[in-house]
Amino acid sequence: MSATRMQMLSSRSVRLLSRGRNEMLAGRSGAQRPGGDPRTRSLTCPPLSSSSSPGRALSSLSATRRGLPKEKMSENGIMSRAKVLTIDTMNPTVKKVEYAVRGPIVQRAVELERELSEGMKKPFAEVIRANIGDAHAMGQQPITFFRQVLALCSYPELLSDSTFPEDTKSRACRILQSCGGNSMGSYSASQGIDSVRQDVASYIVRRDGGVPCDPNNIYLTTGASDGIMTMLKLLVCGEGTTRTGVMIPIPQYPLYSAALAELGAVQINYFLNEEKCWSLDITELQRAVNEARQHCNPRALCIINPGNPTGQVQSRQCIEDVIRFAAKERLFLMADEVYQDNVYAEGCQFHSFKKVLFEMEPEYAETVELASFHSTSKCYMGECGFRGGYMEIINMDDEVKDQLTKLLSVRLCPPVPGQALMDLVVNPPQPGEPSYDTFIKERTATLSALAEKAKLTEQVLNTVQGISCNPVQGAMYSFPRITIPEKAIKEATEKGQQPDMFYCMKMLEETGICLVPGSGFGQKDGTYHFRMTILPPTDKLKILLNKVKEFHQRFIQQYS
Amino acid sequence: VSSGDTHRAVLKPVSFLRQVLAVCVYPELLEDKSLPLDVKIRAQKLLEACDGGSVGSYTASSGLSHVRQSIAEFITKRDGIPSFAENIFICAGSQRAIMIAVKLLASGEGTTRTGVLIPAPCPHTLYPLLDEADVVLVPYQLMEEKGWAVELDKLHQALQANRRNCEPRAIYISNPGNPTGHVQDRKSIEEVIQFAAAERLILLVDEVYQDSVYGKDREFISYKKVLFEMDKEYAETVELVSFHSLSSACVGECGMRAGYMEVVNMDPEVMYYFDNTLCGDISTPVTGQLALDLMVIPPQPGDPSYDTYIQETLFTLATLSHNAKRVQEFLNKLPGVSCQPAMGGIYLFPRLHLPCGIKEQAKVGNVPKNDVLYCQKLLEEEGVLAGAGQYGGITDSCHLR
Repeated sequence: MSATRMQMLSSRSVRLLSRGRNEMLAGRSGAQRPGGDPRTRSLTCPPLSSSSSPGRALSSLSATRRGLPKEKMSENGIMSRAKVLTIDTMNPTVKKVEYAVRGPIVQRAVELERELSEGMKKPFAEVIRANIGDAHAMGQQPITFFRQVLALCSYPELLSDSTFPEDTKSRACRILQSCGGNSMGSYSASQGIDSVRQDVASYIVRRDGGVPCDPNNIYLTTGASDGIMTMLKLLVCGEGTTRTGVMIPIPQYPLYSAALAELGAVQINYFLNEEKCWSLDITELQRAVNEARQHCNPRALCIINPGNPTGQVQSRQCIEDVIRFAAKERLFLMADEVYQDNVYAEGCQFHSFKKVLFEMEPEYAETVELASFHSTSKCYMGECGFRGGYMEIINMDDEVKDQLTKLLSVRLCPPVPGQALMDLVVNPPQPGEPSYDTFIKERTATLSALAEKAKLTEQVLNTVQGISCNPVQGAMYSFPRITIPEKAIKEATEKGQQPDMFYCMKMLEETGICLVPGSGFGQKDGTYHFRMTILPPTDKLKILLNKVKEFHQRFIQQYS
Repeated sequence: VSSGDTHRAVLKPVSFLRQVLAVCVYPELLEDKSLPLDVKIRAQKLLEACDGGSVGSYTASSGLSHVRQSIAEFITKRDGIPSFAENIFICAGSQRAIMIAVKLLASGEGTTRTGVLIPAPCPHTLYPLLDEADVVLVPYQLMEEKGWAVELDKLHQALQANRRNCEPRAIYISNPGNPTGHVQDRKSIEEVIQFAAAERLILLVDEVYQDSVYGKDREFISYKKVLFEMDKEYAETVELVSFHSLSSACVGECGMRAGYMEVVNMDPEVMYYFDNTLCGDISTPVTGQLALDLMVIPPQPGDPSYDTYIQETLFTLATLSHNAKRVQEFLNKLPGVSCQPAMGGIYLFPRLHLPCGIKEQAKVGNVPKNDVLYCQKLLEEEGVLAGAGQYGGITDSCHLR
């Protein structure tokens, strides 16, 4: 195999953005056009959670219960002028997009919270939102150093305030100097503030034991989602049997399936092996890609490591195998590594795809195209609300990089406070600096609490007959398998609900605990799961786990 | 001087806004004696609205309900017409909001592909945005000789010329105009609304510079207000989406990336998809959302921070007004340059009457247009970065932004 093989993403196959274009570039929204080729539709989408549709259409009206007067409709029958924009005339792809993490079960949880606050009696005192990976919402404390620097950046007059340690002030100054007009309110370059990208590059070099990193390959993003979405936009093209196929793990983080639905790409599922702690099997990858080649053009392979919702941490060997596979099948690798600091299990270690790639032979290291993603939302920071993130792009064709830059510039720039925060994350206090001790204490406390909760969750859930939970090796979730009795499956089907949605809805109504059914993430046919975060404070988590146990036992009895 | 970035140009941020944000980011500052009381009270209120009392938490995808409510109150106060929180969607900047709205209404293919009417000139960011949204662009000329006013004839012309190659479905307009600085009067707005109603177009109205109208005898009136004060046949049916953001002249927090759209008269089933689409962004940056709250509900008379706030805002407005006049006068004195007066916003859009020689040079240098070449030279020789008019859609004459 020639070492200088042509890169897959040559600019010919990437949609070139051009001004005022009238004709459709082949297959841009091809898959979802009315009368479009049905073969271009997503390959066996895992059944996404769906409650009955009245809940959906009416969700926008639920605000009336808050006592807010509704928008006046033409009630006097003045002119029944048909709307320009209706369900039938709107963009058909938009309708296909669903986000399980924010779907109907969360809407119901919000309603219940409201009912509770209005004094309605419930079998529980509070709704516990164990559905979303939002650490601060569950009481995790922010890192003091980060917040101090960001406060100084927001209101620089505080630089004269003696309560702030010196290192926070020098950091704030450094950040402000790299902002236009010394203000976080200025736009930054689309790719992100230069000095922040350099700091990110230095972090990656340190993290990966000296493997070089070029700051020009670093793109700051609005959370990792922004980067992932942008890369998918670049990759998706073609029509019919040449329509781009993207391999995603099942179970997966629903952003991927939603993005693929929105882009009209073909979703190629590869199943993680539940019996082997959710590990990735190359044979399964091979099966998936072979089958997919019959009706689409597989071009990308997405890996989430540590996994969401499964928490598995890939071994180094596994990562190498995946890289060889991607090279052989000419797939662009997308490595979602936002949980890179969340590794708990003994014997498990985070290995970045970049590092492993660069330590392989040149025929791989110099050719396999890779994008790695990170964000400020997880790990020990939990700063979801800042929408900070970056991606590192390896071995991408230069012309395609230009297109990438163009695409990114449409949204102008990532939020500057998020960029500043990312700078601090990759460049934390060092030994000897005034904030170092506190920083280490806080980080250690958060990470060890998570490790403890990961273990606790696995332990307690495994004591329940009918629930089986793989070790939570990393990330922030448990994804236990549940057995649902036939009777319950029947009732769920009659209601038009997925059985695990039915289960989770019941759990919510009876215990106030909000989880996300496995059907929202994808699972093997005939199996059921739920995803629960390990984020609530330990004492609350214990109560939560016991309630889940009790509910499950009741549920089994009720439907036996 | 090409981008709409007031902080880069060293107009200062609003102190109250930054103080409250600092406290929200680092709540220990609630104990800080140097900060005014109203700052602390507001910060506390905002923190209570955040999940877990932290700006680091996600919010609901359409934005914190507290902030949506504040925005609704602001609009109600501004227009004297009720506005409701559930019609407000907070996004990461008005760019994102426009993208979501346009994507929702984009459908069809080939000659039935959705078309969007856009002004010429338009904001330089609009072309790449609409390109990505994959809609057909239908430009309508603004009347330079009339201060860049909107003229019905031109709207009709644009429609006629494009009916066969697309299905026009929406009309985008900015008021105050970007980059023209034109501010529409009520009559002009009514005309556009009637046109949109007759031609079945959804109105997409960018009102980001509503806070900076300085022209004599001009004031900002929102499209929503005008719409609701028209006959029921319009007021209750014309679909309207209005946009606003932190990138306004007086606040200028472009880097914080937050804005909102108010959606009016939209089919309720379609409304669901505004929120659903926003789920993919998870949530708008929280510091930006809080800044929106502070923008729409500033210090009130009697509050400790009121005087400073008023001073700062008046200074910004005065600077803009003064500069607009001075620069326009100065440009008009230059040979080969003519500049319409601006009544609002942060840009001027002078016309350049360039000598023939430059056309040749542009061809030789393979530069797309003469005004692009002019801007390149301006940058290289004087270190001044201005925007070329052609990126705002003016192709047969030369302009600068």
